Amino acid sequence: MAWFTFPADNLLCRCLGISITVWFTLLFVFIIMPAVLGVSFGIRSFYMRTLLKIFEWATLRMELGAKEKNQELYKPYTNGIIAKEPPSSLQQEIQELRGSANSLRSEPEFEMADIFYFCRRGVESIVDDEVTKRFSAQELKSWNLLTRSNYNFRHISLRLTVLWGLGILIRYGVLLPLRVTLAVTGICLLLVLTTLVAFLPNAELRSYLSEKVHLMCYRICVRALTAIITYHNRENKPKNGGICVANHTTPIDVIILANDGCYSLVGQVHGGLMGMVQRAMVKSSSHIWFERSEVKDRHLVAKRLGDHVADKTKQPILVFPEGTCINNTSVMMFKKGSFEIGCTVYPVAIKYDPRFGDAFWNSSKFGMVSYLLRMMSSWAIVCSVWYLPPMNREEGEDAVQFANRVKAAIAAQGGLVDLIWDGGLKRAKVKDVFKEEQQKLYSKVLVGDSEDQMEDKRSEDGTPEGDESSKDPAEGQ
Amino acid sequence: MGSSSSNMDHIPDAQHLMQETGFSAAHLVRLYERFDFLDKDDRGELRLDDFEAVSELAMNPIGDRIIRAFFSPGRETVDFPSFVRILAHFRPTDTNRTRNGRNGAQPEPANSRTNKLKFAFQLYDQDRDGKISREELLQVLRAMLEMQVTEEQLQSIAERAIQEADLDLDDTISFDEFKKSLEKVDIEHKMSIRFLE
Repeated sequence: MAWFTFPADNLLCRCLGISITVWFTLLFVFIIMPAVLGVSFGIRSFYMRTLLKIFEWATLRMELGAKEKNQELYKPYTNGIIAKEPPSSLQQEIQELRGSANSLRSEPEFEMADIFYFCRRGVESIVDDEVTKRFSAQELKSWNLLTRSNYNFRHISLRLTVLWGLGILIRYGVLLPLRVTLAVTGICLLLVLTTLVAFLPNAELRSYLSEKVHLMCYRICVRALTAIITYHNRENKPKNGGICVANHTTPIDVIILANDGCYSLVGQVHGGLMGMVQRAMVKSSSHIWFERSEVKDRHLVAKRLGDHVADKTKQPILVFPEGTCINNTSVMMFKKGSFEIGCTVYPVAIKYDPRFGDAFWNSSKFGMVSYLLRMMSSWAIVCSVWYLPPMNREEGEDAVQFANRVKAAIAAQGGLVDLIWDGGLKRAKVKDVFKEEQQKLYSKVLVGDSEDQMEDKRSEDGTPEGDESSKDPAEGQ
Repeated sequence: MGSSSSNMDHIPDAQHLMQETGFSAAHLVRLYERFDFLDKDDRGELRLDDFEAVSELAMNPIGDRIIRAFFSPGRETVDFPSFVRILAHFRPTDTNRTRNGRNGAQPEPANSRTNKLKFAFQLYDQDRDGKISREELLQVLRAMLEMQVTEEQLQSIAERAIQEADLDLDDTISFDEFKKSLEKVDIEHKMSIRFLE
């Protein structure tokens, strides 16, 4: 038996050896070298165009197949399930409610019918509300051969199933190992090279080299995710002594931005692999890592950030003011901390194209590792980055207003909905102060205080739209 | 009405629900999705904290009453059929209903004017004894106004409301008295939510 298996074994070993060598050579030549040098062969854009054509074909087949079998195709509604009336103020609504009941009122009073207003609003929000849907992945109109993003997949046609099976094979068999190899290479290189650079005595040389090293490693990581990024308006790139703010969708945002420029990152000190990476990065360039206990101390945070921006030789700080990951359909409330420092703010808008793979990290559903695996087994991550012109705080503007102005600019550029809701609502409950606002508004209707109608405009819930009614028509005097 | 997609397989008793509530298949699918979304732990039924996670609801002064309306007395979970049946109350009233006189056996649809009123009545009448007592009215007023008015003002508002509506002078508001006092209110419109096709 031995003489029979031996040549087969030998052959197998040799095949394996050759294929690994070929694999690594290809990897090196086509991916790592360009990453190191900062050149691109255009492979990824070609890949993207091919994929798009295949997706369109797949969606078409699915629709035809569904028509043939006379089945209803589930079409995700992107504009919600119910038609929301245009937002009118609490006062207007209650007036309308009462107006239909009793037009002559000597003095405003409680009506049993008033409850209908609150009741309907409440049930509307149970069926569809603005906030909770921002914390789960967006729905797609066309299918991208990933079952995770579509309810419709069934055995519609043999060709489609075959294509899907092929897709799985390619993604998990070819792309995933490739990407994992690249990611590991990138991280190892980062650790090793930054430590080496830290040994250099000359400060200028050190910062120059550390910049190059960082950029190189981020480029490798970008290829590890097959991220196809288009940068717009690069003349507005953040400069030293400023803060760069961006909308937050996923931890990958950092890689996407750092691919094009060097930033100082801000964050909490982690343990494990992240901690090692953090410590290595700090050796060669300055980043701001906080201990867990220090995070609560706002003055300390503000001071460290302030010191950093005051030093013009240091790189711009990268901050995500939303504080949590939002699903890239909207921009939520910006925390004012970074806007209080008083330096130039460089807003950046990041918009992901969901057709190739949903980049949103739903931290309540997926842990970090399973999220990364999902990312690496998607087709690609395609996004656009817009650098917006720098903004400064104007006279008479407080931090919150400045933050909202920046937020509006980012939302406008990225085509996202601008919400005033706090991203922290993902985990925490709404503060009672909102309920009190509603109660205040209602009590004004009862007590009939007309001079506070100006105040109503600002304290109206949700929509920043002001109400038109200024004088209460039914009110005497 | 003819063919149903196999998405409906997820939904228990779909045909029956459609007939009972008047929602179309597309609506049911969409509502099921929303139900599933609110059901964070994938239990197949909703609990109090699932409703409380809706921020806009937490902001509503009578939010907790609305939430409790979904739960049948004594039960602590809401399954999908119950969820849909409650929401059916908010469908716009069908204008081409057959009069009840012609076919007495047919129960009134969930979104009839009377049933909408009943739903609102139950928001006041928490102990479900069929009457709104002065205390229950005060509770609702407190919820809607809390710290904005004094206790005396609350009492006087409640007093006026009861005097206006209480026709048989038993110091409580029965359902018929409630209905009478809201005769002229456009309930069909104000207690309706337009579901998109």
